[in-house]
Amino acid sequence: MRRARVVAAIGHAVPWAIAVVYFFAVPSDLDFGTQVMIWILFAMSLDLALGYAGILTLGQAAFFGLGAYTAGLFAIHLSPDPLLGHLAAIGVTMLVGALTGAMILHTTGVTLLMLTLAIVSVLSQYANQATDLTGGDNGLQGIRLDPIFGVFEFNIFGKTAYFYALVVLFGWFVLARRIVHSPFGRSLDGIRQNPHRMRAIGTPVWWRLLAIYTISAAMAGSAGALSAHATRFVGLSVLDLLTSGTVTVALILGGTRRLYGGFIGATIYLVVQDYSAKISPFFWEFVVGGLLIATVLLLEGGLLDFGPAVLRLRDRWQAGQRR
Amino acid sequence: MSTTRALSVRGLAKRFGALVVAQEIDLDLAPGARVALIGPNGAGKTTFVNLLTGFLEPDRGRIELWGQSLQGLRPEQRVRRGLVRTHQINQLLADNTARDNLAIAIAERDRHAWRLFRFGRQWDRCCEEAQQRLEEMETAAAADRRVSELPYGEQRLLEIAIALSLRPRVLLLDEPAAGVPSHETEVIHQALDRLPADIAILIIEHDMGVVFRFAHEIVVLAQGRVLARGSPAAISADPRVRAVYLGKSPV
Repeated sequence: MRRARVVAAIGHAVPWAIAVVYFFAVPSDLDFGTQVMIWILFAMSLDLALGYAGILTLGQAAFFGLGAYTAGLFAIHLSPDPLLGHLAAIGVTMLVGALTGAMILHTTGVTLLMLTLAIVSVLSQYANQATDLTGGDNGLQGIRLDPIFGVFEFNIFGKTAYFYALVVLFGWFVLARRIVHSPFGRSLDGIRQNPHRMRAIGTPVWWRLLAIYTISAAMAGSAGALSAHATRFVGLSVLDLLTSGTVTVALILGGTRRLYGGFIGATIYLVVQDYSAKISPFFWEFVVGGLLIATVLLLEGGLLDFGPAVLRLRDRWQAGQRR
Repeated sequence: MSTTRALSVRGLAKRFGALVVAQEIDLDLAPGARVALIGPNGAGKTTFVNLLTGFLEPDRGRIELWGQSLQGLRPEQRVRRGLVRTHQINQLLADNTARDNLAIAIAERDRHAWRLFRFGRQWDRCCEEAQQRLEEMETAAAADRRVSELPYGEQRLLEIAIALSLRPRVLLLDEPAAGVPSHETEVIHQALDRLPADIAILIIEHDMGVVFRFAHEIVVLAQGRVLARGSPAAISADPRVRAVYLGKSPV
C-alpha cells in the first residue's frame, strides 16, 4: 500500500520533472516545448468533455480559436497585459461555452456531433470573412505584450513563454484532478455510462454536462490564449476543423480518462510530426495514422496502457510456460 | 379517509398517436401501502411508472406526492421529493463496482456534487454507508466487484439497494425479479420482505407467487385502463381478470 503510494507519487512527478529538465537541457528549442504544453492543455480540456463526461464533440477548436483570437485582439486593441488578456480569453470562452452548451447539450450522439461541427464551422467562416477584425487569411499580426508582472519579458528565446505555459498547464491540471475525483467528476463518469440511471438517482444531467462543457471550453480557450501569446500570432488554422481532429487524435493516442493521456498523446504527436516532417512533408501523417490505428487496435487505454499491456502479455506467457 | 395519501393519481392519460397507453388511471397509495400492479404484456405497466416518475409527460391527469403536485417536475426533481423507482431492465453503472454504484447515489442524495474541496471525508462516508447497505442486502461480497461481473440476481438486488439508499417515501418496483434465474429468486423475495414498513410501495410483477406474498391490494391493468382492483383473494376470484390475464386455470 505504502509502496504503491510512493510509485504513484513518482509517476505524478515525472512529467513535470521532464518539463523542468527540458528547459535546461534544450534551451535552443523552447518554442517546441511550449507548443507541446499548449497542446497538452488543449487535449486535457477535451478529455474532460469527451473522455470523462462522454460529450461527443468535434468542436473543441471553436474554443481554442476563440481563446486565441480573444487574447490576440485584447492585446492589440485593449491592453498589452498578457494576464488580463488571458483572463479575457477564459471569460469569453466560458461564456460562449455556456451559451452554445445550453443550446446543444440536450442532444446526444450524431446530432450532438453535427452541432459541435456546425459551431466550429460558423466561427471559422466568420473569422475568415471578418478580415478587418481578424486579418482573415493573413492572420492576426502585430500582437505586442508587456512583460508578465512587469518583469518577465516575452522574447525570441521563449523562456518566459515556456514557463508561462508550464504554470498555466499546472494550474489547470490541479483543477482538473480535483474535478475528476470529486463527487461531481464521479457523477460525470456515471452520466457517460448511463444517463438514465443518473436521472433515476436524482442527478440533474443537463446541468452537470453544461458545467463540465463550460469548464472544458475555458480550458481550451486558455490553451488558445497561450498559443496567441507564445507566438504573438493567430492564424485561421486555430479554428480549423483539422485542429479539432488533431487534438482528438492526440487524446485518443495517449488515452482518455487519465488526464495524463493528453501529456503522452500530444507529445508523441508533435514529436512524430516534427521528426517525420523533416524526412518528408507527407510522411508524418502516414506515421501518425499508423500509430493511431495500432494504438486503438492493440491498446484499449491508449499509449498509457502500453506498460500494463506488456505486463499482461508477460503474465500470460509465464502462465503458458508453467503449463 | 382523511389521512394524507403517500401517492395519489387521478385521471392519468397518455396516448402515442392512435395507441392509448393510459386511460383515466386512478390510484392511491396509503403510507406503508403494498400494492401490486399486474396485467398482461403491453398493458401499460412500465409506461405508468414512466408517467409517475416524469420520464414521460402525461396528456392529462394529476399526480400528487404527499399532497403536493408533481406537475412539470423533471425525473430528478421527483426523486429528490422521495418518488424513487427501480427498473425492469437493470440500469447500473456497469464499469463501476457495486459499492461505487451505491456511493454515487448516496452522494447525490446528500448533494455533495458541487464540493470541489475537502470532499474526501464525505466520499468516504458515502462509501461506508454503501458498504453497510450492501451488508444489509447480504451482498457485501460483491462490494469490490465490477457490476458487469456480478450474477444477475445480485445486480437486481443492487437496483433495489440503490433505490432504498435514496430514502424514498414512495417506491415503484418495476419487476424486481425479472430475468432472475429461479434458484436466485428466493433472495429477491427476502429482500422484498425486508423493505422498510413505512415506505409506500407499488410493485409491478408477473410472478404471481411474489404478488400474492407481497401485496395487500392488487390493481389489474389492461390496455392502459384499470380493469379491476381489490384484495388478492378478490382479484384471483374475479372472472374478468382470469379471462384477460390469469388464463383459464385457477391460481
